[in-house]
Amino acid sequence: MHPNPLNDILRNGETARPIARRGFLKGSLSLGSLTLLTGCDVTHTDEVQAVLNGMSQWNDRIQAALFNPHRLMPTYAEEKAVKDFRYNAYYGEDKVPKIDGASYRLILSGLVDNRKPWSLTELYALPQASQITRLVCVEGWSMIGKWSGVPLRTFLQRIGGDLTAKYVGFECADGYYSSIDMASALHPQTLLTFRISDEILAPKYGYPLRLRIPTKLGFKNPKWITAMYVTNRFPGGFWEDRGYNWFSGV
Amino acid sequence: MTMEALAVPAVRAADVIHPLVVRITHWINAIAMVVMLGSGWRIWNNEPIFDYYFPVWATLGGDPAASQDLHNELGLASALQWHFAGMWLLVINGLIYFIYGLLSGHFRRAFFPVSPRAFLRDLLAAFSFRLPHHPGAYNAVQKALYLGVLTAGIVMVLSGLAIWKPGQFQELAWLFGGFDIARLVHFLGMSAIVLFLIVHVSLVVIVPKTLPSMITGRARVHADVANQM
Repeated sequence: MHPNPLNDILRNGETARPIARRGFLKGSLSLGSLTLLTGCDVTHTDEVQAVLNGMSQWNDRIQAALFNPHRLMPTYAEEKAVKDFRYNAYYGEDKVPKIDGASYRLILSGLVDNRKPWSLTELYALPQASQITRLVCVEGWSMIGKWSGVPLRTFLQRIGGDLTAKYVGFECADGYYSSIDMASALHPQTLLTFRISDEILAPKYGYPLRLRIPTKLGFKNPKWITAMYVTNRFPGGFWEDRGYNWFSGV
Repeated sequence: MTMEALAVPAVRAADVIHPLVVRITHWINAIAMVVMLGSGWRIWNNEPIFDYYFPVWATLGGDPAASQDLHNELGLASALQWHFAGMWLLVINGLIYFIYGLLSGHFRRAFFPVSPRAFLRDLLAAFSFRLPHHPGAYNAVQKALYLGVLTAGIVMVLSGLAIWKPGQFQELAWLFGGFDIARLVHFLGMSAIVLFLIVHVSLVVIVPKTLPSMITGRARVHADVANQM
């Protein structure tokens, strides 16, 4: 096993992020790329990485332009939905956060009128919707599942979120964090989900609250959400800060 | 005319056999191929369809061990960045090439006519080493291979779009038979292009005089060919 500084990075939060990014820059050109890209100066690694980051931001803009807020993602018949959905995180299933539903509160912050924390009972009382959609992972696999919960649009309206703001951000019990653009947040299929396959989310699927956004790749569907905020400041995300494309629209 | 040229009347002084646009787009495409194949193989390794992994040294996207230490992933993030940056180089360069090829008549002159009969004839001749190389004119096997690899290129871009955006381009993904089959098509198209590259580069090694002409554009052209140009 390699020594893994990830947990330290997570514990240190904000301050450790530039270190993670610096490490990412250093690791971005390998023997393989050097043998392939003959003529590429080794010392220009940071410049190469800057070009790649710039292209990724360009792709964010292209995808935002391609995004049609009224276009629904394909939905499937009930029997297509996988019951034993694949567990996915950057750590093993034994390390999954165990959250006590009774004391759980969803914390709200940022450009939100009513920042009162929400209990599960209150969240369950919101208007519910269901969808059977395909979750497409950045790795290449995909799986059809049935999710149920409150449309994020409904919830944002209920809490008086600034719908003209640019981003909605999420923080999770395991230190994961992510963010989405407002247009995608308001898409009718974007749900704050409490259930998978008509059953309350098992801990490994993100109990008690998971974002399900079929217009984006799987890693933009954070699990174990404990806080949500609306902002105009670019929030980034756990994988996004490690090089995954931020918009990651499907 | 030089004395040498006069002494061999069947051969004219160097003619331009590869137009400038074709040469520039060819070499830009070569760079794009390296980027797309190297990064694509790294992406494949992360979630292969078959139990086959490309050797890490041949893939693009940083040192996997360093990446694993830093953020628990084997260099997928960087490979994706290369792939989605390289796609612009590939597509813009490819569009310039296709628009030029269609409008200038280059495709019509270089790749047509081609028939199955001529293909078989030239293929048999090639396998018995009796197929002469005439700079400036493609034999039927070359024509078929170039048309084939251009078709594979189009399939790669379309299947790539279907995988990238199976939601926004859901009709395209549907045409491919869905997301998973589009991934398979993307892999098979890559395989076809790699097979082409193996033949393509091998032939350049066997007939090395074809290489400088892809840079300068010029080659000594047989009079019969020159008359058709």
